[in-house]
Amino acid sequence: MDITVNILLTIATAATPLLIAAIGELVVERSGVLNLGVEGMMIMGAVGGFGAGYLTGSPWIGLLAAIAMGAVFSLLFAVMTLSLATNQVATGLSLTLLGLGLSGMMGTSFVGQPGERLPNLYIPVLTDIPVVGRLLFGQDPIFYISIALTAAVMWFLFKTRTGLTLRSIGDSHTSAHALGIKVIRYRYLSVIFGGACAGLAGGHLSLVYTPQWVENMSAGRGWIALALVVFASWRPWRVLAGAYIFGAVWIGQLHAQAFGIPVPSQLLSSLPYLATVVVLVLISRNKRLTMMNTPASLGQPFVPDR
Amino acid sequence: MMRLELVKRPQRSMLFSALSPFIAFALTIIAGAILFALLGVNPLNAFEIYFIEPISQVWQLHELAIKAAPLILIAVGLSVCYKANIWNIGAEGQFILGGIFGSAIPVLFPGFEGPLVLPLMLLFGMVGGAAYAAIPALLKTRFGTNEILTSLMLVYVAQLFLDWLVRGPWRDPQGHGFPQTIQFNDSAVLPELMPDAGRANWGFVFALIAAVLIWVLMSRLLKGFEVRVLGSSPRAGRFAGFGLNRMVFFAFLLSGALAGLAGISEVSGAIGQLQPVISPGYGFTAIIVAFLGRLNPLGIVAAGLVLALTYLGGEAVQSALGISDKVARVFQGMLLFFVLGCDTLIHYRIRLVGVALANGAAKLNAAPKLKEAR
Repeated sequence: MDITVNILLTIATAATPLLIAAIGELVVERSGVLNLGVEGMMIMGAVGGFGAGYLTGSPWIGLLAAIAMGAVFSLLFAVMTLSLATNQVATGLSLTLLGLGLSGMMGTSFVGQPGERLPNLYIPVLTDIPVVGRLLFGQDPIFYISIALTAAVMWFLFKTRTGLTLRSIGDSHTSAHALGIKVIRYRYLSVIFGGACAGLAGGHLSLVYTPQWVENMSAGRGWIALALVVFASWRPWRVLAGAYIFGAVWIGQLHAQAFGIPVPSQLLSSLPYLATVVVLVLISRNKRLTMMNTPASLGQPFVPDR
Repeated sequence: MMRLELVKRPQRSMLFSALSPFIAFALTIIAGAILFALLGVNPLNAFEIYFIEPISQVWQLHELAIKAAPLILIAVGLSVCYKANIWNIGAEGQFILGGIFGSAIPVLFPGFEGPLVLPLMLLFGMVGGAAYAAIPALLKTRFGTNEILTSLMLVYVAQLFLDWLVRGPWRDPQGHGFPQTIQFNDSAVLPELMPDAGRANWGFVFALIAAVLIWVLMSRLLKGFEVRVLGSSPRAGRFAGFGLNRMVFFAFLLSGALAGLAGISEVSGAIGQLQPVISPGYGFTAIIVAFLGRLNPLGIVAAGLVLALTYLGGEAVQSALGISDKVARVFQGMLLFFVLGCDTLIHYRIRLVGVALANGAAKLNAAPKLKEAR
């Protein structure tokens, strides 16, 4: 029983960064912007979070720094694609490349240093309940943020007027503009929200998952988050499900390696990436589902004509 | 309060089309100076070490050519993809698979020598890269799967596959446990161009030939026209009878083959055996090269040399000033950012307007036209 609980807890820890980054990107893509820089924003959040936590000794300041780092870094993308109407695919790629380089440079002095870890929640009686206690009341704070965030985004996108406006922009920026909606302003805010989420996801990696700084520690999670959004056909609750499936794959291959299953460890390590490809193929086979849910103006630059 | 406003030019500006890489480079230098100053280094001193010292002697120019060759080879292939609006960003994986396929000959048949070995290896390398690139192409054409994500995911898989090969079945039994294959025999090593002057090998010549061939393809042949039409207007392409699916395969196989050729050239020329890591991110840097070169093969040759210099400079400042060689990646990223930003000037005039004024103008123009959705 204890082993099962432990495995479930590690799955949640592996799924949380994927979920947060993907939920952020979902909002960005719902507004019609494709930001391929998730990996870069995530790794910047990781280095910023670790650095601030390490220098101040407070993981909470680290957490805030991770969010701020992701948001500021995404602003670079926003200025380029929204104000200068650059190609979103290329700009997102360059954001990732720049983030990987910049984080490596900033983190040189952090390598091998012990980091600060965010403490797990502990509520005296509740956490001590057998089995469910630790699952429900004993996890790291970012886990709770990730669940709340998913619910909040779901409510925002589908139950509020502003959310409806945001989705309409994603489906047709020209019509939205004609209706007098400030397309660029909405998109700026969406991109920055996505950046903050990616930064928080990175902070989770360096403040909870493995509280240390390792270069390229995001290891493709930003890209998997992007794939999750497609897999979820732009629906928040499906992102939640997808993130946990991927968390399970990630943890499953680690456990398989630890048990010494007679399969090359490299094959097991490649499973999350192969699973991403397989899942993308499965979901894109269903053309109607994808066609119906893809924001129609996704990735297209918009220059308001006045 | 002021705000940026983009005004569409009636035609693309030839002036900025030519100038934009240079403006981007100048902006990168300025940003780089700030970066060095923040790191507590005299920027002028750092720039001399970064950009001038690494190319001040003949043997160093050879090192530049060694770094530039894979970048140019990969980037000219990618330029065809990007012109066609097809996003292969997995060249790093195709590079690795090219290296593996080509190496199969000297690793599995170490006794096989003679003039036939190298051409076969190069051919295998191209086949390997193309075959690996065929996967995202097949998934895109068959199932409509996003090629950006699949081609990128396959990079991680390729890296792990190489790691397994050199630690497992292909490891040199006499290698004292080091994760590497046997040293290639002499006839499997790509010869140096001028062994007396430096290490540059035939890979650089391949790169130049590829650039010229792709230039001919894109500017003189119907296929190049087809690439451009399908890239800028898929609808027009369909009316002209150009098949989008065929184009996806063409672009992926071509760029994969060139990345594979780059991979086997690097392994057989510069390294001489397979190791767990055979590329300092050439496949990704080549994306920057392609854009900096304006997706034009001849521009890409120049851009490849510039980006190769950022690698050498990164190593130079690391040893001379103790700055992380990651500074190279930062320079490369900034360069791509500025290039993309400056490219806006080709299609748009940038105007600064007061916000109050702009609002007034918007009210006057109360009925914005619905643009035809592309």
